[in-house]
Amino acid sequence: MNGRCVRELVRKEFLQLFRDRRNRPLLIVAPLLQLILFGYVVTTDVRETRLAVVDESRTPLSRSLIEAFAASPAFRLQASAADARSLEEDLLQRRVDLGIHIASDFAVRLTARRPAEVQLLFDGSLSHLTSQRAAAAQAVIEDWNRRLLSLGSEPRSPAGGGIEGRIRTWYNPNLESRPYFVPGIVAFLVMLLSLLFTSLAIVREKEAGTMEQLIVTPLRPVEFLLGKTIPFFLVAQGQMVLVIGFARAWFEVPLAGSAVFLFAASGLFLVCTLGVGLWISTVSRTQQQAVLTTFLFLVPFFLLSGFVFPIERMPLLVRAAARLNPLAHFLVIVRGVFLKGVGPTVLWPSCLALAGIGAIVFGAALLKFRKRPG
Amino acid sequence: MAEAVAVRGLSKRFGRFTAVDGIDLTVQEGEIFGFLGPNGAGKSTTIRMLCGILKPSGGCGRVAGLDLFRDAERIKRRIGYLSQQFSLYDDLTPYENLRLFLGIYRVAPSLWAERIEEAVASVGLRPDLHRIVRGLPPGARQRLALACALLHRPRLLFLDEPTSGVDPLARRAFWEFIGGLTRQGISAFVSTHHLEEADRCGRVALMHEGRIVACGPPRRLVAEVLPERPEAGLEDAFAILLRGRAA
Ligand SMILES: Nc1ncnc2c1ncn2[C@@H]1O[C@H](COP(=O)(O)OP(=O)(O)OP(=O)(O)O)[C@@H](O)[C@H]1O
Ligand SMILES: [Mg+2]
Repeated sequence: MNGRCVRELVRKEFLQLFRDRRNRPLLIVAPLLQLILFGYVVTTDVRETRLAVVDESRTPLSRSLIEAFAASPAFRLQASAADARSLEEDLLQRRVDLGIHIASDFAVRLTARRPAEVQLLFDGSLSHLTSQRAAAAQAVIEDWNRRLLSLGSEPRSPAGGGIEGRIRTWYNPNLESRPYFVPGIVAFLVMLLSLLFTSLAIVREKEAGTMEQLIVTPLRPVEFLLGKTIPFFLVAQGQMVLVIGFARAWFEVPLAGSAVFLFAASGLFLVCTLGVGLWISTVSRTQQQAVLTTFLFLVPFFLLSGFVFPIERMPLLVRAAARLNPLAHFLVIVRGVFLKGVGPTVLWPSCLALAGIGAIVFGAALLKFRKRPG
Repeated sequence: MAEAVAVRGLSKRFGRFTAVDGIDLTVQEGEIFGFLGPNGAGKSTTIRMLCGILKPSGGCGRVAGLDLFRDAERIKRRIGYLSQQFSLYDDLTPYENLRLFLGIYRVAPSLWAERIEEAVASVGLRPDLHRIVRGLPPGARQRLALACALLHRPRLLFLDEPTSGVDPLARRAFWEFIGGLTRQGISAFVSTHHLEEADRCGRVALMHEGRIVACGPPRRLVAEVLPERPEAGLEDAFAILLRGRAA
């Protein structure tokens, strides 16, 4: 392998990339715009859940629970429904999202130190929201419970509370979806662009006939592939920095862990995506084919990544397939670093998986390329 | 004299279609070898096999002193190739193209300035050296392609229809340039549709449907085919040769 030869190829690729005016917005503006768009669209935050209450207890205790709900940013007290029937009607008509039914013996049971029940009614037809709202409601009740126990005038024995098992959410205590999604968007965007740019850059040489000219030179396949991948590796890393910086500044998503580690892990991830991009270029003859094939790949990569749909809830076979998905592993890393602030000591299995997948994909693409460059 | 190209039984099949059907060819060192034939005859396919772009389906032989099959990679260092379509980077400048190919051909950087200067002077690219290739006239692009193909000082040049779409004056200059190269002992294997250019060649081969129909110095070919018409040209001779084939 000849270093100078690779350097000249990289130089030429950068010249072409930045000389083409159409590329400039694609390189910088597009990722940021998409981040903003995704950042606002992909959100499952429980905000402004409209709430109606039927309070049959009508005691200071029941009113304090209602106030606790009203004080939470996740809920907005809509109206007090007259009775259970009209509450049901409100839910049905989607005038409210959550109904709370406090039974008449609520205060009586609590003061007698017996467990009291509060009925929470959700609209289950919006299943993805329901679980979030249920969790948020649960959190309000837990909170209220805790205060009741600690502020209660009479000292209580721990056994008498009747509350067991507490849900506490770590790492993203407010269950905000943005810190959860934005790192994923970063990963997805960088994947999209690195796939597209590599496969297009190679297929363009086939279309223009320049590939034929390169084949009659002593240029080695490895040198050619390095010349194609190094520029896009650098560009993608640059985009990574840009997009992450922007996510922190604009969405105020905190980066809890090490940026350096994230950078290194994204290097591994890029080896995988660039390998896939190379592979796509070997099976595509025109740029159109390359774009279509790229999107054919992107959909399963996206669905099986855990970006929106948790992998743990998928059937066994699909879970196994997801294990081969570099995006899935990288998402684990990105979220780990962003939200939990963990590093290689925790995330090494994902890094190892990325390195393995990268070596295999890149190696396979190289072999395929060696056999049939044109 | 040594042979720059010597192949026997060279053939190429694309699926069930035979594009080149067992041809024998020899090109002497310092010779201009003209390669003629109608569209689809198999000229480009032959050239691409000799350059190592396509793997031959059969045959054997040597190119630039190396075995066509075993030394395909080393052959590439000794030959220059100009493809039928312009195939340099048209979004780069001539200078950037030349520099890239200097790197690819592993020319030592200390020689780069000198080689670029030489290339620019020999084909006359100076005014266009730093303009984007896309905006240059076809003649200038062709000269650039030639300069690129010569950067590593090959002993053998394959030129696939180098003069198509180039104006008569530029064509004349081109042939004079090639003539100058062959006087230095460089061989040129040139395909063309312009029969009058055949007179510039030491020998020509006429190809038709994958086979070589006739081969030899142009004057002698005409004399052999039309012995009773001394005023006849290559065109008349080829018309008769191809008609005889078709019948
Ligand atoms: N990659 C390929 N796959 C299938 N057929 C091919 C391929 N390349 C060339 N051919 C066919 O082989 C035949 C010879 O093509 P070739 O390009 O060698 O002709 P040519 O003599 O150069 O013609 P022209 O004067 O038009 O350039 C044509 O019929 C062409 O369609
Ligand atoms: Mg041709």
